[in-house]
Amino acid sequence: MRTFVLALLWTVLFAAIPLPSAHAQAAQDPTPLEFVDPVEEKRFRGLIAELRCVMCQNQSLADSNAQIAHDLRREVLVLMRRGLGDAEIRQHLVDRYGEFVLYRPRVGAATFVLWFGPALLLLGGGVVVWRIVRSRSRDGVVPHDDTQEW
Amino acid sequence: MKLQRWLPLAVFGLVAALLAAGVWLSRNPDRDALPSPLIGKPAPAFRLPVLHEAGRLVTDADLRGSPYLLNVWGSWCPGCREEHGVLTRFAETRRVRVVGYNWKDERADALRWLEQFGNPYWVVLVDYEGHSAIEWGIYGAPETFLVDADGIVRWKHVGPMTDDTVREQLLPALDAVGG
Repeated sequence: MRTFVLALLWTVLFAAIPLPSAHAQAAQDPTPLEFVDPVEEKRFRGLIAELRCVMCQNQSLADSNAQIAHDLRREVLVLMRRGLGDAEIRQHLVDRYGEFVLYRPRVGAATFVLWFGPALLLLGGGVVVWRIVRSRSRDGVVPHDDTQEW
Repeated sequence: MKLQRWLPLAVFGLVAALLAAGVWLSRNPDRDALPSPLIGKPAPAFRLPVLHEAGRLVTDADLRGSPYLLNVWGSWCPGCREEHGVLTRFAETRRVRVVGYNWKDERADALRWLEQFGNPYWVVLVDYEGHSAIEWGIYGAPETFLVDADGIVRWKHVGPMTDDTVREQLLPALDAVGG
């Protein structure tokens, strides 16, 4: 029994640690991007901070040094210069990589819990507390308890 | 009143179940793989050079007419080495054309790699810049797409394919597209 519990514990502990993925990325030395003016650079920085690196997944395109992040940053700049709006650029990437590339997921059926779950939880907790408080105040004074010694 | 006494336990049970579900879901080794939005949609248009024949270009239209498997690889990619035997065994069955997509690789490295480990590909296309790869939603290697005779993407696998992947996913997908 003890070994079973220990084994279970180890399984639970190590299931959470990500294994190194065999899905690899290319490594090349990229040339830095050049901007025509500070306005373009500012818009670009804003955009890539909101897009997720598909390879590294917990970093934005702005933070990641992965090759695919370099490629996608370049793509974003190309699309900007082609005259696409911010929403169009986001949609362009969503069409190819899925909703996942957006750091701020759009409100929809699949992301409803993500957006409103915490608020609903808070509301539920509030209702519970309110009901407890109300039932106690309706009871009025705490009735005399004979088991109490004082 | 009785109900309220059990409330904390119920909440604890709920949270425990949630955590257990998280642990259970994270057992899947492919959990980081992104589902492709291209499934059921036409493969992106491309025009790529061929590795073994300088000057020859292949387009998406050239490959239409019967299904093909597009396998993204690079000589720099350890997972591709891991997958190579599986892919070779599948290619030997000659069920569909296996098209190599050599991604962000040096030509000499790619040729050497194929000479060393064998070339299971019907044709190898080269995407050195990786621009066309973005159209495909490729974000790493190996990745494998099944495209049907009409040029519609039917299946995608991220990471090295195993014999199990071929048997349990690729072959049924092939049956479905009549390949």
